[in-house]
Amino acid sequence: MHLGHSLSHGGPEVVGADARRPDGVRRALRIGLGGPVGSGKTATVAALCRLLRDEVSLAVVTNDIYTREDAEFLLREAVLPPERITAVETGACPHTAIRDDISANLEAVEDLEDEVGPLDVILVESGGDNLTATFSKGLVDAQIFVIDVAGGDDIPRKGGPGVTTADLLVVNKTDLAPHVGSDLARMAADARAQRDGLPVVFQSLRSEEGARDVAAWVRERLAVWTA
Amino acid sequence: MSRAALLVLADGRFPAGGHAHSGGAEAAVRAGRVTGAASLEDFCRGRLHTTGLVAAAVAAAAALGADPGELDAAADARTPSPTLRRAARRLGRQLLRAGRVAWPSAELDALAERFPKGAHQPVVLGVAARAAGLGPADAAYCAAYESVSGPVSATVRLLGLDPFEATAVSARLAPEMDTVVSRAVGTARRVAGEGADALPAASAPLLETGAEAHAGWAVRLFAT
Repeated sequence: MHLGHSLSHGGPEVVGADARRPDGVRRALRIGLGGPVGSGKTATVAALCRLLRDEVSLAVVTNDIYTREDAEFLLREAVLPPERITAVETGACPHTAIRDDISANLEAVEDLEDEVGPLDVILVESGGDNLTATFSKGLVDAQIFVIDVAGGDDIPRKGGPGVTTADLLVVNKTDLAPHVGSDLARMAADARAQRDGLPVVFQSLRSEEGARDVAAWVRERLAVWTA
Repeated sequence: MSRAALLVLADGRFPAGGHAHSGGAEAAVRAGRVTGAASLEDFCRGRLHTTGLVAAAVAAAAALGADPGELDAAADARTPSPTLRRAARRLGRQLLRAGRVAWPSAELDALAERFPKGAHQPVVLGVAARAAGLGPADAAYCAAYESVSGPVSATVRLLGLDPFEATAVSARLAPEMDTVVSRAVGTARRVAGEGADALPAASAPLLETGAEAHAGWAVRLFAT
Protein backbone atom coordinates (compact mmCIF):
# COMPACT_ATOMS: atom_id res chain seq x y z
CA MET A 1 0.00 0.00 0.00
CA HIS A 2 2.49 2.57 -1.14
CA LEU A 3 0.67 5.87 -1.08
CA GLY A 4 2.38 7.39 -4.05
CA HIS A 5 4.68 9.87 -2.31
CA SER A 6 7.71 8.57 -4.13
CA LEU A 7 10.87 10.60 -4.00
CA SER A 8 12.65 10.92 -7.27
CA HIS A 9 16.04 11.71 -5.80
CA GLY A 10 16.46 8.63 -3.66
CA GLY A 11 17.13 10.37 -0.34
CA PRO A 12 16.07 9.06 3.04
CA GLU A 13 12.44 8.39 3.79
CA VAL A 14 10.44 11.53 4.36
CA VAL A 15 6.83 10.44 4.23
CA GLY A 16 5.64 8.55 7.25
CA ALA A 17 2.92 6.65 5.44
CA ASP A 18 5.29 4.97 2.99
CA ALA A 19 5.19 1.25 3.63
CA ARG A 20 8.78 0.67 2.55
CA ARG A 21 12.03 2.00 3.93
CA PRO A 22 14.56 3.68 1.62
CA ASP A 23 16.34 0.32 1.16
CA GLY A 24 13.09 -1.22 -0.12
CA VAL A 25 12.44 -3.33 2.98
CA ARG A 26 8.95 -3.18 4.42
CA ARG A 27 8.93 -1.07 7.57
CA ALA A 28 7.40 -2.14 10.88
CA LEU A 29 3.66 -2.02 11.44
CA ARG A 30 2.98 1.02 13.64
CA ILE A 31 0.13 0.85 16.12
CA GLY A 32 -0.91 3.91 18.15
CA LEU A 33 -2.42 3.70 21.63
CA GLY A 34 -4.30 6.78 22.81
CA GLY A 35 -6.87 7.64 25.44
CA PRO A 36 -7.55 9.67 28.57
CA VAL A 37 -5.08 10.01 31.45
CA GLY A 38 -5.02 6.97 33.71
CA SER A 39 -7.06 4.66 31.48
CA GLY A 40 -4.29 2.06 31.35
CA LYS A 41 -2.40 2.75 28.12
CA THR A 42 1.04 2.09 29.55
CA ALA A 43 -0.15 -1.00 31.42
CA THR A 44 -1.67 -2.29 28.17
CA VAL A 45 1.58 -1.62 26.31
CA ALA A 46 3.49 -3.50 28.99
CA ALA A 47 1.08 -6.43 28.82
CA LEU A 48 1.28 -6.51 25.00
CA CYS A 49 5.08 -6.55 25.14
CA ARG A 50 5.04 -9.51 27.49
CA LEU A 51 2.57 -11.41 25.32
CA LEU A 52 4.18 -10.66 21.96
CA ARG A 53 7.92 -10.19 22.51
CA ASP A 54 8.83 -13.86 22.02
CA GLU A 55 7.08 -14.11 18.65
CA VAL A 56 7.59 -10.68 17.04
CA SER A 57 10.36 -8.07 17.01
CA LEU A 58 8.88 -5.19 19.04
CA ALA A 59 9.71 -1.62 20.01
CA VAL A 60 7.84 1.14 21.87
CA VAL A 61 7.71 4.92 21.54
CA THR A 62 6.18 6.81 24.46
CA ASN A 63 4.90 10.40 24.39
CA ASP A 64 4.85 11.74 27.91
CA ILE A 65 3.41 15.14 28.67
CA TYR A 66 6.00 16.44 31.09
CA THR A 67 8.20 13.57 32.25
CA ARG A 68 9.70 10.33 30.99
CA GLU A 69 7.59 8.35 33.42
CA ASP A 70 5.87 6.09 30.93
CA ALA A 71 9.17 5.13 29.34
CA GLU A 72 10.70 4.67 32.78
CA PHE A 73 7.82 2.46 33.89
CA LEU A 74 8.37 0.21 30.86
CA LEU A 75 12.12 0.15 31.51
CA ARG A 76 11.62 -0.67 35.18
CA GLU A 77 9.21 -3.44 34.32
CA ALA A 78 11.82 -4.69 31.82
CA VAL A 79 9.14 -5.53 29.28
CA LEU A 80 11.69 -4.93 26.49
CA PRO A 81 15.44 -4.26 26.37
CA PRO A 82 16.07 -0.53 26.98
CA GLU A 83 17.29 0.14 23.43
CA ARG A 84 13.82 -0.79 22.17
CA ILE A 85 12.05 1.95 24.16
CA THR A 86 12.22 5.62 23.11
CA ALA A 87 10.58 8.63 24.78
CA VAL A 88 9.44 11.62 22.70
CA GLU A 89 9.04 14.99 24.41
CA THR A 90 5.82 16.67 23.40
CA GLY A 91 5.96 20.26 24.65
CA ALA A 92 2.86 20.21 26.85
CA CYS A 93 0.69 19.11 24.00
CA PRO A 94 0.59 15.34 23.41
CA HIS A 95 -2.07 15.41 20.69
CA THR A 96 0.06 17.80 18.63
CA ALA A 97 2.90 15.29 18.56
CA ILE A 98 0.70 12.42 17.39
CA ARG A 99 -1.54 14.29 14.97
CA ASP A 100 -0.65 17.84 13.89
CA ASP A 101 3.15 17.68 13.92
CA ILE A 102 4.29 14.08 13.83
CA SER A 103 7.91 14.77 12.88
CA ALA A 104 9.47 13.90 16.26
CA ASN A 105 7.54 10.64 16.46
CA LEU A 106 8.45 9.68 12.89
CA GLU A 107 12.09 10.22 13.72
CA ALA A 108 11.75 8.05 16.81
CA VAL A 109 10.23 5.16 14.86
CA GLU A 110 12.75 5.45 12.03
CA ASP A 111 15.68 5.60 14.45
CA LEU A 112 14.39 2.50 16.25
CA GLU A 113 14.23 0.62 12.96
CA ASP A 114 17.74 1.80 12.05
CA GLU A 115 19.24 0.98 15.42
CA VAL A 116 17.50 -2.18 16.65
CA GLY A 117 15.69 -3.36 13.52
CA PRO A 118 14.42 -5.21 11.70
CA LEU A 119 11.21 -4.67 13.63
CA ASP A 120 7.78 -6.20 13.08
CA VAL A 121 5.70 -3.90 15.27
CA ILE A 122 6.24 -0.51 16.88
CA LEU A 123 3.74 0.54 19.54
CA VAL A 124 3.39 4.34 19.72
CA GLU A 125 1.82 5.36 23.01
CA SER A 126 0.30 8.83 23.29
CA GLY A 127 0.51 10.83 26.49
CA GLY A 128 -2.82 10.81 28.29
CA ASP A 129 -5.04 13.38 26.65
CA ASN A 130 -8.70 13.97 25.96
CA LEU A 131 -11.43 12.19 24.01
CA THR A 132 -10.63 14.02 20.76
CA ALA A 133 -6.98 12.91 20.55
CA THR A 134 -6.36 10.69 17.53
CA PHE A 135 -3.24 9.68 15.63
CA SER A 136 -2.29 10.92 12.19
CA LYS A 137 -2.41 8.30 9.44
CA GLY A 138 1.06 9.56 8.54
CA LEU A 139 2.34 8.18 11.85
CA VAL A 140 0.43 4.96 12.54
CA ASP A 141 -1.23 2.25 10.48
CA ALA A 142 -3.85 1.45 13.09
CA GLN A 143 -4.89 2.91 16.41
CA ILE A 144 -6.22 1.59 19.69
CA PHE A 145 -8.22 3.88 21.97
CA VAL A 146 -8.11 2.91 25.65
CA ILE A 147 -10.80 4.06 28.08
CA ASP A 148 -11.67 2.58 31.44
CA VAL A 149 -14.87 1.82 33.31
CA ALA A 150 -13.91 4.10 36.20
CA GLY A 151 -13.76 7.14 33.91
CA GLY A 152 -17.54 7.04 33.63
CA ASP A 153 -19.76 4.55 31.83
CA ASP A 154 -21.18 7.36 29.66
CA ILE A 155 -17.93 7.79 27.68
CA PRO A 156 -18.94 5.38 24.88
CA ARG A 157 -22.31 7.13 24.58
CA LYS A 158 -20.63 10.56 24.34
CA GLY A 159 -18.51 9.30 21.46
CA GLY A 160 -15.82 11.60 20.05
CA PRO A 161 -13.16 10.77 17.47
CA GLY A 162 -11.22 8.32 19.65
CA VAL A 163 -14.21 6.25 20.73
CA THR A 164 -15.93 6.40 17.35
CA THR A 165 -13.12 5.95 14.84
CA ALA A 166 -10.27 4.04 16.53
CA ASP A 167 -9.59 0.70 14.86
CA LEU A 168 -9.95 -0.97 18.25
CA LEU A 169 -11.69 0.39 21.34
CA VAL A 170 -10.44 -1.08 24.61
CA VAL A 171 -12.59 -0.70 27.73
CA ASN A 172 -10.11 -1.34 30.51
CA LYS A 173 -10.36 -2.15 34.24
CA THR A 174 -13.58 -4.16 33.95
CA ASP A 175 -12.79 -5.61 37.40
CA LEU A 176 -13.61 -2.18 38.84
CA ALA A 177 -17.09 -1.98 37.31
CA PRO A 178 -19.04 -3.20 40.37
CA HIS A 179 -17.07 -0.84 42.65
CA VAL A 180 -17.68 2.31 40.61
CA GLY A 181 -21.24 1.55 39.55
CA SER A 182 -20.42 1.21 35.83
CA ASP A 183 -22.84 -0.77 33.68
CA LEU A 184 -20.70 -2.87 31.29
CA ALA A 185 -23.69 -4.02 29.22
CA ARG A 186 -24.69 -0.42 28.65
CA MET A 187 -21.12 0.55 27.74
CA ALA A 188 -21.01 -2.31 25.24
CA ALA A 189 -24.34 -1.32 23.67
CA ASP A 190 -23.33 2.34 23.45
CA ALA A 191 -19.96 1.45 21.91
CA ARG A 192 -21.65 -0.77 19.33
CA ALA A 193 -24.01 2.05 18.41
CA GLN A 194 -21.16 4.57 18.06
CA ARG A 195 -18.68 2.41 16.17
CA ASP A 196 -20.45 1.11 13.14
CA GLY A 197 -19.10 -2.43 13.39
CA LEU A 198 -15.56 -1.62 14.55
CA PRO A 199 -14.31 -3.98 17.29
CA VAL A 200 -14.45 -3.39 21.04
CA VAL A 201 -12.51 -5.32 23.69
CA PHE A 202 -13.40 -5.34 27.39
CA GLN A 203 -10.39 -6.26 29.49
CA SER A 204 -9.05 -6.43 33.00
CA LEU A 205 -5.28 -6.65 33.22
CA ARG A 206 -5.75 -8.22 36.65
CA SER A 207 -7.52 -11.21 35.17
CA GLU A 208 -5.78 -14.23 33.75
CA GLU A 209 -6.77 -13.25 30.20
CA GLY A 210 -5.14 -9.83 30.62
CA ALA A 211 -4.43 -8.23 27.24
CA ARG A 212 -4.91 -11.49 25.33
CA ASP A 213 -7.69 -10.16 23.07
CA VAL A 214 -5.74 -7.03 22.19
CA ALA A 215 -2.65 -9.12 21.45
CA ALA A 216 -4.75 -11.31 19.14
CA TRP A 217 -5.96 -8.20 17.34
CA VAL A 218 -2.36 -7.01 16.92
CA ARG A 219 -1.41 -10.42 15.46
CA GLU A 220 -4.26 -10.17 12.95
CA ARG A 221 -3.14 -6.68 11.95
CA LEU A 222 0.43 -7.86 11.53
CA ALA A 223 -0.71 -10.79 9.37
CA VAL A 224 -2.54 -8.36 7.06
CA TRP A 225 0.45 -5.97 7.02
CA THR A 226 2.95 -8.65 6.04
CA ALA A 227 0.63 -10.50 3.62
CA MET B 1 8.64 34.18 -6.13
CA SER B 2 5.52 33.49 -4.12
CA ARG B 3 5.01 35.84 -1.16
CA ALA B 4 2.51 33.40 0.28
CA ALA B 5 5.23 30.73 0.50
CA LEU B 6 6.83 32.89 3.19
CA LEU B 7 3.63 32.69 5.24
CA VAL B 8 3.55 28.92 4.84
CA LEU B 9 7.17 28.57 6.01
CA ALA B 10 6.82 31.05 8.88
CA ASP B 11 3.51 29.66 10.14
CA GLY B 12 3.76 28.47 13.73
CA ARG B 13 1.68 25.46 12.68
CA PHE B 14 4.21 24.36 10.06
CA PRO B 15 4.82 20.78 11.25
CA ALA B 16 8.52 20.94 12.01
CA GLY B 17 8.68 20.19 15.71
CA GLY B 18 8.91 23.71 17.13
CA HIS B 19 5.91 23.21 19.40
CA ALA B 20 7.96 21.01 21.76
CA HIS B 21 10.54 23.74 22.46
CA SER B 22 10.31 26.87 24.60
CA GLY B 23 13.46 28.61 23.35
CA GLY B 24 14.79 28.80 26.89
CA ALA B 25 11.58 30.30 28.28
CA GLU B 26 10.88 27.36 30.59
CA ALA B 27 14.27 27.69 32.27
CA ALA B 28 13.88 31.48 32.50
CA VAL B 29 10.41 31.16 34.03
CA ARG B 30 11.66 28.69 36.64
CA ALA B 31 14.60 30.97 37.45
CA GLY B 32 12.17 33.84 38.03
CA ARG B 33 13.55 35.89 35.16
CA VAL B 34 10.32 35.79 33.15
CA THR B 35 7.24 36.52 35.23
CA GLY B 36 4.91 38.45 32.92
CA ALA B 37 4.64 40.36 29.66
CA ALA B 38 7.29 42.96 30.49
CA SER B 39 10.00 40.48 31.46
CA LEU B 40 9.00 38.22 28.56
CA GLU B 41 9.63 41.15 26.23
CA ASP B 42 13.08 41.71 27.75
CA PHE B 43 13.85 38.00 27.41
CA CYS B 44 12.74 37.92 23.78
CA ARG B 45 14.65 41.08 22.93
CA GLY B 46 17.80 39.47 24.29
CA ARG B 47 17.17 36.28 22.39
CA LEU B 48 16.39 38.13 19.15
CA HIS B 49 19.63 40.13 19.19
CA THR B 50 21.83 37.13 20.08
CA THR B 51 20.82 33.65 18.94
CA GLY B 52 18.07 35.17 16.79
CA LEU B 53 20.60 37.27 14.89
CA VAL B 54 22.96 34.33 14.41
CA ALA B 55 20.15 32.05 13.25
CA ALA B 56 18.89 34.71 10.85
CA ALA B 57 22.35 35.22 9.37
CA VAL B 58 22.96 31.48 8.95
CA ALA B 59 19.54 31.04 7.36
CA ALA B 60 20.15 33.96 5.00
CA ALA B 61 23.56 32.59 4.00
CA ALA B 62 22.04 29.16 3.30
CA ALA B 63 19.31 30.81 1.25
CA LEU B 64 22.03 32.54 -0.78
CA GLY B 65 23.53 29.13 -1.57
CA ALA B 66 26.52 29.01 0.81
CA ASP B 67 27.89 25.55 1.55
CA PRO B 68 25.61 23.87 4.14
CA GLY B 69 28.50 21.97 5.70
CA GLU B 70 30.45 25.14 6.36
CA LEU B 71 27.34 26.82 7.77
CA ASP B 72 26.54 23.85 9.98
CA ALA B 73 30.04 23.96 11.43
CA ALA B 74 29.70 27.73 11.92
CA ALA B 75 26.40 27.22 13.75
CA ASP B 76 28.06 24.57 15.95
CA ALA B 77 30.85 26.97 16.85
CA ARG B 78 28.27 29.58 17.83
CA THR B 79 26.27 27.19 20.05
CA PRO B 80 28.31 26.36 23.17
CA SER B 81 25.61 24.18 24.79
CA PRO B 82 25.71 20.55 23.60
CA THR B 83 22.01 20.29 24.47
CA LEU B 84 21.17 23.19 22.18
CA ARG B 85 23.35 21.79 19.40
CA ARG B 86 21.52 18.49 19.59
CA ALA B 87 18.16 20.28 19.66
CA ALA B 88 19.11 22.46 16.68
CA ARG B 89 20.03 19.38 14.62
CA ARG B 90 16.89 17.56 15.67
CA LEU B 91 14.77 20.54 14.67
CA GLY B 92 16.72 20.77 11.42
CA ARG B 93 15.92 17.15 10.67
CA GLN B 94 12.26 17.72 11.43
CA LEU B 95 12.14 20.83 9.25
CA LEU B 96 13.88 18.93 6.46
CA ARG B 97 11.20 16.25 6.53
CA ALA B 98 8.38 18.79 6.30
CA GLY B 99 10.24 20.95 3.78
CA ARG B 100 10.98 18.07 1.40
CA VAL B 101 7.31 17.22 1.16
CA ALA B 102 6.18 20.86 0.94
CA TRP B 103 8.79 21.95 -1.63
CA PRO B 104 10.45 18.90 -3.25
CA SER B 105 13.92 19.87 -4.42
CA ALA B 106 17.25 18.27 -5.25
CA GLU B 107 19.03 20.61 -2.81
CA LEU B 108 16.87 19.49 0.12
CA ASP B 109 17.38 15.84 -0.88
CA ALA B 110 21.14 16.39 -1.02
CA LEU B 111 21.04 18.00 2.43
CA ALA B 112 19.15 14.99 3.82
CA GLU B 113 21.73 12.62 2.35
CA ARG B 114 24.63 14.61 3.72
CA PHE B 115 23.06 15.09 7.18
CA PRO B 116 20.83 12.05 7.81
CA LYS B 117 20.50 12.98 11.49
CA GLY B 118 19.96 16.64 10.74
CA ALA B 119 21.85 19.88 10.15
CA HIS B 120 21.39 22.96 12.33
CA GLN B 121 17.82 24.20 11.89
CA PRO B 122 18.73 27.63 10.41
CA VAL B 123 20.81 25.91 7.69
CA VAL B 124 17.83 23.78 6.72
CA LEU B 125 15.56 26.81 6.96
CA GLY B 126 17.67 28.68 4.41
CA VAL B 127 17.80 25.77 1.98
CA ALA B 128 14.04 25.22 2.41
CA ALA B 129 13.48 28.91 1.69
CA ARG B 130 15.47 28.52 -1.56
CA ALA B 131 13.37 25.49 -2.45
CA ALA B 132 10.23 27.53 -1.81
CA GLY B 133 11.48 30.23 -4.17
CA LEU B 134 12.20 32.65 -1.33
CA GLY B 135 15.21 34.89 -0.78
CA PRO B 136 17.75 35.47 2.02
CA ALA B 137 15.69 38.15 3.75
CA ASP B 138 12.69 35.82 3.86
CA ALA B 139 14.76 33.05 5.46
CA ALA B 140 16.19 35.56 7.95
CA TYR B 141 12.69 36.80 8.78
CA CYS B 142 11.55 33.26 9.55
CA ALA B 143 14.52 32.71 11.87
CA ALA B 144 14.21 36.07 13.61
CA TYR B 145 10.48 35.69 14.07
CA GLU B 146 10.86 32.13 15.39
CA SER B 147 13.43 33.32 17.92
CA VAL B 148 10.66 35.42 19.47
CA SER B 149 7.47 33.50 18.71
CA GLY B 150 8.75 30.26 20.25
CA PRO B 151 9.28 31.68 23.77
CA VAL B 152 6.13 33.78 23.48
CA SER B 153 3.79 30.87 22.77
CA ALA B 154 5.58 28.68 25.34
CA THR B 155 5.15 31.35 28.01
CA VAL B 156 1.41 31.47 27.35
CA ARG B 157 1.38 27.82 28.42
CA LEU B 158 3.94 28.11 31.22
CA LEU B 159 2.54 31.15 33.01
CA GLY B 160 -1.04 31.17 31.79
CA LEU B 161 -0.05 34.55 30.37
CA ASP B 162 -2.86 36.51 28.71
CA PRO B 163 -2.49 35.52 25.02
CA PHE B 164 -3.29 39.04 23.83
CA GLU B 165 -0.54 40.49 26.03
CA ALA B 166 1.83 37.82 24.73
CA THR B 167 1.04 38.57 21.11
CA ALA B 168 1.55 42.26 21.78
CA VAL B 169 5.11 41.41 22.87
CA SER B 170 5.81 39.95 19.43
CA ALA B 171 4.18 42.94 17.76
CA ARG B 172 6.24 45.44 19.77
CA LEU B 173 9.44 43.60 18.79
CA ALA B 174 8.61 43.61 15.07
CA PRO B 175 10.58 46.77 14.24
CA GLU B 176 13.64 45.26 15.95
CA MET B 177 13.17 42.08 13.91
CA ASP B 178 13.45 44.27 10.79
CA THR B 179 16.76 45.65 12.07
CA VAL B 180 18.09 42.20 12.95
CA VAL B 181 17.11 40.82 9.54
CA SER B 182 18.82 43.58 7.67
CA ARG B 183 22.00 43.09 9.69
CA ALA B 184 21.81 39.32 9.21
CA VAL B 185 21.39 39.57 5.44
CA GLY B 186 24.27 42.07 5.27
CA THR B 187 26.67 39.64 6.93
CA ALA B 188 25.30 36.67 4.99
CA ARG B 189 26.16 38.39 1.73
CA ARG B 190 29.80 38.58 2.82
CA VAL B 191 30.03 34.81 3.33
CA ALA B 192 30.61 34.12 -0.36
CA GLY B 193 33.79 36.24 -0.30
CA GLU B 194 35.00 35.88 3.29
CA GLY B 195 33.65 32.50 4.40
CA ALA B 196 31.45 31.71 7.39
CA ASP B 197 33.68 33.73 9.73
CA ALA B 198 31.81 36.78 8.45
CA LEU B 199 28.70 35.57 10.27
CA PRO B 200 27.87 37.22 13.60
CA ALA B 201 28.75 35.30 16.78
CA ALA B 202 26.46 36.95 19.33
CA SER B 203 25.57 34.61 22.15
CA ALA B 204 23.50 34.66 25.33
CA PRO B 205 25.31 32.80 28.12
CA LEU B 206 22.18 32.43 30.26
CA LEU B 207 20.37 30.71 27.39
CA GLU B 208 23.25 28.28 27.02
CA THR B 209 23.71 27.48 30.71
CA GLY B 210 19.95 27.49 31.28
CA ALA B 211 19.51 24.89 28.54
CA GLU B 212 22.07 22.61 30.17
CA ALA B 213 20.36 22.86 33.56
CA HIS B 214 16.91 22.41 32.00
CA ALA B 215 18.02 19.21 30.26
CA GLY B 216 18.64 17.68 33.69
CA TRP B 217 15.21 18.37 35.13
CA ALA B 218 13.08 15.31 35.87
CA VAL B 219 9.85 17.13 35.11
CA ARG B 220 9.50 19.68 32.32
CA LEU B 221 6.92 20.67 29.74
CA PHE B 222 9.30 21.45 26.88
CA ALA B 223 12.25 19.63 25.32
CA THR B 224 14.40 22.79 25.58
